[in-house]
Amino acid sequence: MIQVRKLVKRFGLKTVLRGLDFQVQEGEFVALLGPNGAGKTTFLRILASLAQPSLGEICIAGYALPTQAAAVRRRLGVVSHMPLLYGDLTAAENLVFFGRMYDISSLDQRIDEVLELVGLAARRRDLVRTFSRGMQQRLAIGRAVLHDPEVMLFDEPHTGLDQDACDMLDKILRDVAARGRTVVMTSHDLARVEDLASRFDVLSRGVITASTTRSKLGQSNLLDFYRQSLQET
Amino acid sequence: MKRHSSSITHHASRITRHSSLASFFRAIAAIVWKDLAAELRSRELLSAMLVFALLVILIFNFALELDVKTRATVTAGVLWVTFVFAGTLGLNRSMAIEKDRGCLDGLLLAPVDRSAIYFGKVISNLVFMFIVEAIVLPVYSVLYNTNLFKLGLIGVILLGSVGYVAVGTLLSAMAVQTRTRDVLLPILLFPVVIPVLVAAVKASSGFLQGLGLAEVMPWINQLIVYDIVFTAVAFMVFDYVVEE
Repeated sequence: MIQVRKLVKRFGLKTVLRGLDFQVQEGEFVALLGPNGAGKTTFLRILASLAQPSLGEICIAGYALPTQAAAVRRRLGVVSHMPLLYGDLTAAENLVFFGRMYDISSLDQRIDEVLELVGLAARRRDLVRTFSRGMQQRLAIGRAVLHDPEVMLFDEPHTGLDQDACDMLDKILRDVAARGRTVVMTSHDLARVEDLASRFDVLSRGVITASTTRSKLGQSNLLDFYRQSLQET
Repeated sequence: MKRHSSSITHHASRITRHSSLASFFRAIAAIVWKDLAAELRSRELLSAMLVFALLVILIFNFALELDVKTRATVTAGVLWVTFVFAGTLGLNRSMAIEKDRGCLDGLLLAPVDRSAIYFGKVISNLVFMFIVEAIVLPVYSVLYNTNLFKLGLIGVILLGSVGYVAVGTLLSAMAVQTRTRDVLLPILLFPVVIPVLVAAVKASSGFLQGLGLAEVMPWINQLIVYDIVFTAVAFMVFDYVVEE
């Protein structure tokens, strides 16, 4: 579903991604781990066609980036630590707006389904600026799944959420993954991603330095695997 | 058979072109609807623009104690200075709203041509600008005892606003990416928009002084040319401006 070959991203003289190779199969849930400044957000922004790669090949759902960016964007849902929502619109109005941008048919029905999914049906007429951080993040997921994308990108979605909000977010993430979507998620919360993802990749100094699956991990701890892979690099 | 299949391909490509054009216009309409709906609720942008514009004409009213004859010569200048300063405030705020909560990324993630975002923002900014102008004109007329309700003048204000907003929306998308966005926009915008302002002031002044259409026409033509050039250039480069 996602193929990335020899991806390089430079900001002036600084090279953030150094020939990164990355593949994700359809339906896989990949957690992208790594220290601050490793290039995780930059990598997700490139996959989301929000930033241009300096070098390398990217193919998502059969479409190449950046040449077929619009076709890729139609198949992508993106959630970052920013909600990407308008505070002066209600929850339903935000979804109406993004639904129109994605040209979704039967929009009203789809909005009802999505608000049910993220548990905000009762708050559909409330302004987003009155929502808690957790509710905004749930609505952000609703916005991202509105057009039923094949691939979901989550950039540290747990940032700034309290325990209950994180638990509710995890429930929604599991639900999203259970519907067969391909998911790539960056996170620093190893305990949470350990339960969610099926594969764990460590991104350090601009390349994937280690990779394992939940089945390979077995009884051992994800934290140990992560620390060991960072020490080796 | 070959002709039949080529006709089907041609028909299919026409349908695709029509549907992509339709979704382009739907995206523009969605952005305008979103901006107007959010502004109707918050009144953040319009109230700032209006208060600022009214303060400017009030200050000019006290600062320039003019006789009736001199008023007609400075009216065009005062009006355009008011529109431009208030407009800059609006342009800055309009893009800042997109940037502050990461909403610009939300827009850029939509599978539409990014010029739809530009045209959507241009139309919303124009609506806000026209609302401010529609309120400023009667207030100015009363304060300065000058009749501004002339068809020619209103036409010039419309044309001048289009050129100003066309280039202003592009530059505000550029400025909003920087930390010094509030300062940067006027620094970038004012030098670029000088041709529009000169033409708008000259044409407005001509109509206020009762000159004939033939004498004002060169300035109106210049306004039309700049409107077209600025809109076309912004349409072509907007994609590069908003992308990292």
